[in-house]
Amino acid sequence: MHNIIKKTGLTLGAAILSFGAYTAQAADTIKVGVLHSLSGTMAISETTLKDTVLMMIEDQNAKGGLLGKKLEAVVVDPASNWPLFAEKTRELLAKDKVDVIFGCWTSVSRKSVLPVIEELNGLLFYPVQYEGEESSKNVFYTGAAPNQQAIPAVDYLMSEEGGSVKRWVLEGTDYVYPRTTNKILEQYLMSKGVAKADISISYTPFGHDKWSTRVAEIKKFGSAGKKTAVVSTINGDANVPFYKELGNQGISAEDIPVVAFSVGEEELSGFDTKPLVGHLAAWNYFMSAESDANDAFIKKWQKFIKDKKRVTNDPMEATYIGFKMWAQAVEKAGTTAVDAVRPAMYGITEPNLTGGIAVMNTNHHLTKPVLIGEIQEDGQFETVWATAGGVIGDAWTDFLPESANLVADWTAPIKCGNFNIKTGKCSGQNY
Amino acid sequence: MNILIRAICLVGVISLSALVQAQEIKSEDPQASEATLTEQRQATEAEFKSLLEDLNGKSFSAKSKAITALSLLSDDRTLPILKKMQDGELFYRKSDGVIVFVAEVEEGLELTDVISGESLGVVGSRDARKIRINNGVRQQLRSAVALLELASPDRKLRLESARNMIKSPDDSLREVLALASKKEKSDEVKHLLDVAIARIDIQSDDQEVRADAVEVLGTAVEPEAVAVLNSLAKKGEDGKYLESNVEIAKLAELKLKSINTKLGIFKFTENLMFGLSLGSILLLAAIGLAITFGVMGVINMAHGEMIMLGAYTTFAIQQLLPNHINVSLLLAVPAAFLVSGTAGVLIERIIIRHLYGRPLDTLLATFGISLILQQAVRMYRANNVPVVTPDWLSGFWQVNGALSITYNRIYILIFALFVLAALALLLKKTLVGLQMRAVTQNRAMANSMGIRSNWVDALTFGLGSGIAGIAGVALSQITNVGPNLGQSYIIDSFMVVVFGGVGNLLGTFFAAMSLGIVNKFLEPVTGAVIGKIIVLVFIILFIQWRPRGLFALKGRFAED
Repeated sequence: MHNIIKKTGLTLGAAILSFGAYTAQAADTIKVGVLHSLSGTMAISETTLKDTVLMMIEDQNAKGGLLGKKLEAVVVDPASNWPLFAEKTRELLAKDKVDVIFGCWTSVSRKSVLPVIEELNGLLFYPVQYEGEESSKNVFYTGAAPNQQAIPAVDYLMSEEGGSVKRWVLEGTDYVYPRTTNKILEQYLMSKGVAKADISISYTPFGHDKWSTRVAEIKKFGSAGKKTAVVSTINGDANVPFYKELGNQGISAEDIPVVAFSVGEEELSGFDTKPLVGHLAAWNYFMSAESDANDAFIKKWQKFIKDKKRVTNDPMEATYIGFKMWAQAVEKAGTTAVDAVRPAMYGITEPNLTGGIAVMNTNHHLTKPVLIGEIQEDGQFETVWATAGGVIGDAWTDFLPESANLVADWTAPIKCGNFNIKTGKCSGQNY
Repeated sequence: MNILIRAICLVGVISLSALVQAQEIKSEDPQASEATLTEQRQATEAEFKSLLEDLNGKSFSAKSKAITALSLLSDDRTLPILKKMQDGELFYRKSDGVIVFVAEVEEGLELTDVISGESLGVVGSRDARKIRINNGVRQQLRSAVALLELASPDRKLRLESARNMIKSPDDSLREVLALASKKEKSDEVKHLLDVAIARIDIQSDDQEVRADAVEVLGTAVEPEAVAVLNSLAKKGEDGKYLESNVEIAKLAELKLKSINTKLGIFKFTENLMFGLSLGSILLLAAIGLAITFGVMGVINMAHGEMIMLGAYTTFAIQQLLPNHINVSLLLAVPAAFLVSGTAGVLIERIIIRHLYGRPLDTLLATFGISLILQQAVRMYRANNVPVVTPDWLSGFWQVNGALSITYNRIYILIFALFVLAALALLLKKTLVGLQMRAVTQNRAMANSMGIRSNWVDALTFGLGSGIAGIAGVALSQITNVGPNLGQSYIIDSFMVVVFGGVGNLLGTFFAAMSLGIVNKFLEPVTGAVIGKIIVLVFIILFIQWRPRGLFALKGRFAED
């Protein structure tokens, strides 16, 4: 109860404050739009990112703002409602006249925002790992593309250290991200000589919690004598019952490891992780990464959110990097005008929290390291494998015939998000 | 340590180094064998130490090698060390890399040397680090522990070990397994060991040995054994066996036929169990609604949130009693009933009683309540909360190699039946139940007999909500506890109640069970998404045919 009062008080206070700031100095601030769901099903994940942006803004203002102006957050709530994302974007760009937007989580919400942000020439930083096959002039993708998460994870499992996996279960929730990712992975595995009979693909609905049959099938599929692994693109909520059922049916990580792309520290904090130990996740960031920058970030975050146990996760790092890069680009361009900031972004570098340097490429994707971690009993990940250096995010995967010939490059002479190197043409469609 | 394990270890070492034939050693008299063993031990004390150091080696493969080597040494200290390592509880001192056991004490960590068993004093919690393991190492540890525990006096441990032995056949363990099988008294363990040996023998060059192995494999239903037979009986595109020895292939095919009949029966049983368990979950979720919607006719969209409140109560009680998971789960049942029941009575008194006879308004109002409750819980904890499952509820009952049933499903099935029986008793045998039924069937008449029907309404609604709360306790053990928990069950609940016949507990029971079973038999064929759609379409069609569901009742509903 105490918590509720405190939280309501805080939100109210923040609302009043930001409203006050808004009226008082509307003219001489740089406005940062925050487009994350604060209610509905996605609120669990997205609220954290809203708070991250607010923390970054507070931090930047403490350093004196940007171009001599203070930053000001304009927070809206698209309420996990995909069409509302487009409406709120229009509101942010046309009415509030924000200079940049940080937002979206699900791919479907990003797709809903795209036409609006391109029409009004806004700037969106998208911080979540996604299925690729996209490069918009007005969006910078700071999360992982498939070649920065899915492909390295599969490579690891195929290696001797990862268990020389020969048989694959691609298990996903039934929506665009898993379907596209699995299509790419299937092609990739077959190009590596895996027979079609050794790949089992299955989809379950959102929030699925009746896993007994499916897990029994996986168990059977995995006991055919070849080392088997599950590649899971199961969406957040369905994960707990899935892992519980795995544990109950006695499938441990040694027998059939599960590598997940949507399970991070934040999701694990809602789990009893004992039965999960040894299962894997592939990300570009783990809270357990040992670096001074990461320690400082975690400390700052826990202080900002006033909770010593709050965890950090990969999309937070992506938000952090995106924000830092945008701030640098604004300084470099000397203005917040989108047409000046966008070209200034290319080649900008920012140290990762895990070590190494992230680079923004001309296809609007980052160069980042890829880490594979095993889940530990305390809900953290232990990094068991990492790429030697950064991996360049590939907007269009080479493993699907329809996108193998496409490249994205927003600098001259190509200046296109989907340039076909065979025909030498740009489709003209921007997303 | 008993003789058997010494012999096993010895044989293991020797068969590995391939210096002496194992057969000879077995025939030696125990005295001589004992002597060799002691010699072996003395020679390995230094080696033991260096192998231990390797446990914390640089690469995971170095660790794996050290584990295998350790498991083949006869040393009493090995098993506890490897077991600790398997559980991720083996540490090393940061200052000098000495491998230690740790115990948490107030000032930090108390270290114990794993070699000498001496205490090394207390250090700060950051001065000792866990030895890192990955899945490969974990697998190695499992086989090593299984090998060492094959000699355990505990039959359960031996059974577990034998099962693990089947999973990873290893030539070098052939002799050890044969010896263990010979000494084994339990038929079940012996059978598993023989299957493990057969899996190794099938790789042999001697065709007679292979034929014998096929015979043994033919008696097993373990998936690993069936997989071997399948690969033996496999035919190429030209219709010929891929296996070079046609006799063996034919034998394997013959054996597979009888195995497949058995497997078919097991598969059917498994599906039936899955169906019954899904049915019991549906029953638990719907049974409260069968009262509020079925008996009272209130379309209660907040029913799912009553379930959610019950699940959160479970979490809250676990928070209060973090060290008594078992007790807290038992306590959660009455507590959840009270919390959800009270919430139900309040909702009925404050809102629903003003809306009787206006179903559309009730629907909207209760939908509003459900949103309010969800957001309220979200403000308490935005994330899903972790509810711990007690040990006796996790794990599975291995009926045989091909069939296993998870414990939580069995318990929930029993629990659901118990709740149903208790509710039926309450309605049929108590005064309150009598009044409830009277009010439902004819309100005016009940009123004139002196029953305060509005209080009975509140009680009935409270009862339905309270049972939803109990369902929440059960659901917290199998699904995630979060603000959206209720939403995912509300549709299913309505489906069950409508299908079963409004206002009928027996109908709810049959509806839940049949929907569960149909769903689970469809799922392997059609996949989860299509399966769900088919069931929904079926219910819609069924309702067209029999609008009152499986068991139509006479009562308030029968009148209009």
